[in-house]
Amino acid sequence: MTSMKRRIFLKGSLATGAVGIAVSTGLLTPRVSIAAWSKAAFEAKDVNGAVSALFGSSSMSDSDKISIKAPDIAENGAVVPVSVTTSVDGASSISILADQNAAPLTAEFILGPGAEGYVSTRIKMGKTANVIAVVKAGEKLYSAKKEVKVTIGGCGG
Amino acid sequence: MASIKMRAKVDDGVTTIKALISHPMDTGLVKDKKTGQTIPAHFIQEVVCKHKDTTVLTANWGAAISKNPYLSFKFKGAAAGDTVSLSWVDNKGEKDSAEATIK
Repeated sequence: MTSMKRRIFLKGSLATGAVGIAVSTGLLTPRVSIAAWSKAAFEAKDVNGAVSALFGSSSMSDSDKISIKAPDIAENGAVVPVSVTTSVDGASSISILADQNAAPLTAEFILGPGAEGYVSTRIKMGKTANVIAVVKAGEKLYSAKKEVKVTIGGCGG
Repeated sequence: MASIKMRAKVDDGVTTIKALISHPMDTGLVKDKKTGQTIPAHFIQEVVCKHKDTTVLTANWGAAISKNPYLSFKFKGAAAGDTVSLSWVDNKGEKDSAEATIK
């Protein structure tokens, strides 16, 4: 009887383990359309990993229809104001990433009906990095970036 | 109830929402200087803003959003006097919501 239980337990843990690995390697991409919080995307260690976990593809084209408003020099990396405005037709979501952060994806904003292509928030940045805005329109991804220098120690250097 | 401060203003058919939420937004990477213990991650994961049962914005956040988050966005289709609601849920399942009347 005990060995029976052990068998079931092993089976169960093996099964969940396999799913966990599949999710972390991006084989099972959580779909963004159901508005679920994508653990894989937020824990991804690089920009491409985060974008592909979020959208299922990391092919982005640069667009001049996206503008990022952020300071050139941020004295305090804990509070960096970032605004993204886009005039891309049919934009359905705006995501903000900081490429040198341990986990680059900071936020994903899903625009509902009537929402304008504008979001503004404040993010944390570990060090000088590019702030990348990714806009999804239809099945395509558009991006723009802006470098923000983060001054360490607040000495204004 | 008191964790959200929100303002909504309509101008030329476009409503601008500005919201401030009080929340520690701990990343789970920082150590407490006194005890040396890592402060566990505690951050808002989802913010939803609704106007008349229509979800105008869903924000999925990671821990890299600043402490006491600020959020601003714009949408069309609302009039002065309408009510908008904002709610958030964090990774510990805590939540809060607030309503504001569009001016």
